[in-house]
Amino acid sequence: MSIHWIKNGRIIDPANQRDAVGDLFTVDGKIVDSLSESQKQEAKVFDADGLVVCPGFVDLHCHLREPGDRHKETIKSGSRAAAKGGFTTVVAMSNTKPPTDTVGAIRQVVDVIDRDAVINVLPTGCLTQNRDGKALAPIGSLKSAGAVAITDGGHCVQNHELMRRGVEYAAMFGLVVMDHCEDVTQTDGCVMNEGVWSLRLGLRGMPRAAEDIMVSRNVIFAAHYGAHIHLQHISSGYSVDIIRRAKERGIKITAEATPHHLSLTEASLKDYSTHFKVVPPLRTEKDRQALIEGLQDGTIDCIATAHAPHTEIEKDKEFDFAPFGMNGLETALSVCLDTLVHNELLTLPQLIACMTHKPAGILGLDRGTLSSGAPADITIFDPEENWVVSRDNLASLSHNSPWLGLTLRGKVRATYSEGELAYPFAD
Amino acid sequence: MSTEAEWKRKDLVGIEELSREELEIIYAKAEEFKATLNRSQRKLPTLRGSTVVNLFMEPSTRTRLAFEVAATRLSADVLTVSGNASSLVKGESLRDTAKNIEALSADIIIMRHSAAGAARYLSRQIDIPVINAGDGAHEHPTQALLDTFTMREKLGKDLTGKKVTILGDILFSRVARSNIWALRKLGAEVTLGGPSTLVPKDFEHFGVKVIHDLREALAEADAVMLLRIQHERQSSTHFPSLGEYTSMFGLNEKRESWLKKDAIIMHPGPINRGVELDSKLADSGRSVILEQVTNGIVVRMAVLYLCASYAAQHRSA
Repeated sequence: MSIHWIKNGRIIDPANQRDAVGDLFTVDGKIVDSLSESQKQEAKVFDADGLVVCPGFVDLHCHLREPGDRHKETIKSGSRAAAKGGFTTVVAMSNTKPPTDTVGAIRQVVDVIDRDAVINVLPTGCLTQNRDGKALAPIGSLKSAGAVAITDGGHCVQNHELMRRGVEYAAMFGLVVMDHCEDVTQTDGCVMNEGVWSLRLGLRGMPRAAEDIMVSRNVIFAAHYGAHIHLQHISSGYSVDIIRRAKERGIKITAEATPHHLSLTEASLKDYSTHFKVVPPLRTEKDRQALIEGLQDGTIDCIATAHAPHTEIEKDKEFDFAPFGMNGLETALSVCLDTLVHNELLTLPQLIACMTHKPAGILGLDRGTLSSGAPADITIFDPEENWVVSRDNLASLSHNSPWLGLTLRGKVRATYSEGELAYPFAD
Repeated sequence: MSTEAEWKRKDLVGIEELSREELEIIYAKAEEFKATLNRSQRKLPTLRGSTVVNLFMEPSTRTRLAFEVAATRLSADVLTVSGNASSLVKGESLRDTAKNIEALSADIIIMRHSAAGAARYLSRQIDIPVINAGDGAHEHPTQALLDTFTMREKLGKDLTGKKVTILGDILFSRVARSNIWALRKLGAEVTLGGPSTLVPKDFEHFGVKVIHDLREALAEADAVMLLRIQHERQSSTHFPSLGEYTSMFGLNEKRESWLKKDAIIMHPGPINRGVELDSKLADSGRSVILEQVTNGIVVRMAVLYLCASYAAQHRSA
């Protein structure tokens, strides 16, 4: 019997509107209200005095690169990075090699998860075969094989008719379609946001309209067909406004923003550092503020990392030729604390809500809460502890972080996944 | 004044980061070199024993030749590597290619590259000077130096208040960007003209005017700089056709009458004759296009000399 007694922490459980200093108990992987005297004798005790105790974080959007790109990340390394960042559930995107567009591919991923993952890793299935936007993938079968959502992971279906049929079909199985909103006819060859900085740097710019058009399309499809579409890594202020109006009309749309889009702008690219090359691109301060306002009023439902690891060799090249993406799992909490909580834009419980029960609720997962009987997914962190991001202290196989060498405030001390200590690592 | 003592850069990556004083150092040195151009013995011993590598990843004629002539006039040994004949086509990274060139005891790399920021990237990888001969749509610093050097000869050494209109494909032009920075630092007033798809309003953030009415854009200009329409880059999306461009924005004899009588016409080349510039105007008395080419030698001599001198001092220190 596995019993844990986490003492004297500030327990923040937004799903239950709990924010008080107290104790938390787990027995055999579940949260319980109390321990018997004999259980207390047996329990492993964690002194959380001065620390925050909250549900384990849930990330709806990460790339774990296995199978296919195991030099960048594996399910093992990615899940360890997640645990180190306080995440206990992550949703892995479908753009592996091969992509998870068949039952066999999903089963392969599930097998590796069962073998290697130190936290709860959930696979997604493709919306279209080979993610090339030409024919629907076997969506129902993918769900049966274990897919928790449907997405072309990094690709946006350009054919509107196919997208319409895909969301209709997925809705029949109760599956959420997660979409990377990008009209690629406007972004071909582009590497950053279109605006003053792209003109200055001579880099080809992606207009916000490329995102806004696809966000609008998805809102229309969700409205017309009753499907639930989740909009991934929103970056444009205008898109936030479109989503806000859609929600006011009761349309089943949800949206996420990333720590990097909430904290950085296109000005970060001034020295052509490829660490900042992401898609959708870092945008303007006005867009960043709109994202924060969206989080504050609930237009943006949750924070997702879009963790997209690439090795140093892949990123160490001319800006045009480097791949898009940055690591995110291990820095998400610190960056969000710094950007949102320490700047008093969100309260700590509000931030935790955006990283726990709100993302879990989008996919209907029984996670992200400390309710009695829930899986004992728990994160314990010190919101004030400083740490320096370095190649040596990242668990990810890739070290592609714009925060490398910088001191961040807020550090995870322990992560429990279904009652087992996932971080600090046993080895 | 000892000009070289004030030049404190290993590399020339862009005009944006230079001060006006640094521009003046280059012009002063270029003037010294220009005075030697017509000597019977034109070769100077300045870089004797040095090896200059022209690493040209994109096609170029005049810039590559001008650098070769400049380096040769300074007695350097010059090697030219073109992109399609280098290991880069075998998948070698730019970093490794440059490291190898450095290990072969090269003293300076002059690089043209299709990617914006490539010269800055390279300058951080290696210890020898990197001269940017054009990086994507970012900068072409020596072109702007020769352009402004030519303007100083034609319009007066102080360009404060002079009006320069740049016409054409500004969006994709490294020449335009470098010229904007240089001209603004020198106090000139810059107007950008052309179709809105190639001349976005956001350029006004750089302290320039954006005018889509050609007559208005030309009326006050002391110098008009035409840019080549890079039709191959625009994939037919930025304007309907070359014919449409010529009819709406090309500088022809009729539109020449909108210019002030002593305004000069410039072009960094290569010219699309009959597209952005009427052939007769390219060869007319207003045109200073070939003088730009000649001045390209002396400003590049100046840049090579200054960066090499700084690097040599830095090494010995």
